[in-house]
Amino acid sequence: MSVHDEGPLLKVMGVTKYFGSRVGCRDVSFDLWPGEVLGIVGESGSGKTTLLSSLSGYLEPSTGTVKYWMGQEGLVDVGRLSDPQRRYLMRTEWGMVRQNPREGLRMRVSAGANVGERLMALGARHYGKIRSEVFKWLDRVEIDLGRVDDSPETFSGGMLQRLQIARNLVTKPRLVLMDEPTGGLDVSVQARLLDLMRSLVSELGLSLIIVTHDLAVVRLLAHRLLVMRNGEVVESGLTDQVLDDPHHAYTQLLVSSVIQP
Amino acid sequence: MRKQLVLQPRIKETGLQLIKGYNFAYLDEGTKRMIRRAILKAVAVPGHQVPFGSREMPLPLGWGTGGIQITASLIGPDDILKVIDQGSDDTTNAVSIRRFFTQTTGVRSTEKTWMATLIQTRHRIPETPLRAGQIIIFQVPIPEPLRFLEPRETETRKMHGLSEYGVMYIKLYEDISIHGHIATAYMYPVMVHNRYVASPSPIPRFDNTKMNRMPALQLFGAGREKRIYAIPPYTTVKSLDFEDHPFEIEKWDHCCALCGSGESYLDEIVTDDQGGRLFVCSDTDYCQERRAVGHKGSLPDAVKMAITRVKRGD
Repeated sequence: MSVHDEGPLLKVMGVTKYFGSRVGCRDVSFDLWPGEVLGIVGESGSGKTTLLSSLSGYLEPSTGTVKYWMGQEGLVDVGRLSDPQRRYLMRTEWGMVRQNPREGLRMRVSAGANVGERLMALGARHYGKIRSEVFKWLDRVEIDLGRVDDSPETFSGGMLQRLQIARNLVTKPRLVLMDEPTGGLDVSVQARLLDLMRSLVSELGLSLIIVTHDLAVVRLLAHRLLVMRNGEVVESGLTDQVLDDPHHAYTQLLVSSVIQP
Repeated sequence: MRKQLVLQPRIKETGLQLIKGYNFAYLDEGTKRMIRRAILKAVAVPGHQVPFGSREMPLPLGWGTGGIQITASLIGPDDILKVIDQGSDDTTNAVSIRRFFTQTTGVRSTEKTWMATLIQTRHRIPETPLRAGQIIIFQVPIPEPLRFLEPRETETRKMHGLSEYGVMYIKLYEDISIHGHIATAYMYPVMVHNRYVASPSPIPRFDNTKMNRMPALQLFGAGREKRIYAIPPYTTVKSLDFEDHPFEIEKWDHCCALCGSGESYLDEIVTDDQGGRLFVCSDTDYCQERRAVGHKGSLPDAVKMAITRVKRGD
């Protein structure tokens, strides 16, 4: 992890995605700084996942640019990278944690192979070293080391999500995109996962974009918040500021909709 | 025409008679040329899978339709053909294909590896080292080595194009973590000319080492998948492995019970229901040549005769 103080790690400018005449997301701009955690909240269908897919290159934005800080080359337009460059970036400096861990994992190979895959993709050819790195990461995400050669099919939902995180972080990326990482997990499992993510972010100095509809998750993790509705960003600011003093009517509705136990 | 195939009276020399009404080697000349073009391209880009317009052949898919089309496109009146199946010249697949070419071309066939100019094979490379000028043609069921890890054809092509072969190591990793060593015994993936990862077809990994810098031309045909690929003579072929778990070939605690060879790939034959078993060469021609010059295995001669007869299907 090279710390750099030249500017933002990711610069998003006017990203718009149309599906035919329908709007996926419209004119979204923000900067993400190294070590920063950005939360994107909004109700279902507000364009959160579309935005994330457009950032990651999974979808091509209709207009707008996404620039990423690539060391010596400075800020590089991700959309203009050649295919091999973009794929290399995805394998090395970026990580993507999907809402459904089954999409982000190889379900037909063992947990250990899932974690080791990115290392092997980057040219690791020493079994012993790969194996010890796998153990290190399984330990870190609190998966019993005895399960290393088990199929992910035998894992619980929370374990799958932690495995997916380990698989992404094993190559020490600088930017991780997470889509509803706690979706479908019960609250105690959620709490442990959030704990884990918070400690990993601070230890590794990751920049993280986390998409969720769960305000408690962003309250705990995010430094800054974007609130989306109908594909547009309606409010942004520091997390506490947005949640404690919401200005936009929709944000007020969102905050007041949370059931207090 | 088909009726003649089955009921053709045998003639003295070849035991079979030429079938009238077909072009030389069954395929028409236009098709042969199309296949030869694909072969040329495959030779020019070692290990790269070249699509070709695979034809319906009088043989079920999965029985060597890819290999048979390559052989048909290359074979000439002066060629001497050898066909093997699992190392043996006398099993069903080998006999049928040899008969097919004898009847449609009239070319000579042989069981001697050194004598053949074309060798079509399923599951083995002969033990006798091949020489320059020979062509070995492999029958390939699944040409794409990435297939088991990546089902999308568009994606595997991209992975080949960008040399993204990290996933190939997942299978080897799994082997070591489960068995303690790389247990992949056949279809063991190879890196051709330091560029393309290719499937060696389902030959035992014992034969992988023979592919490296082989003086003969190696051609691979997959009829159902419509792909041809090639390894030109003297090309570097490396089996994938880990630094701390290097590639190794199979070893046996036995020698061939018929010819005593300790260097060939051995088949295990169960001889009774008391746990009795024998190990004999899988390459029948190699084994016979050795016995002809006086090499002996551990078995009495009478038993050897019986086994040879069983292997020949008499």
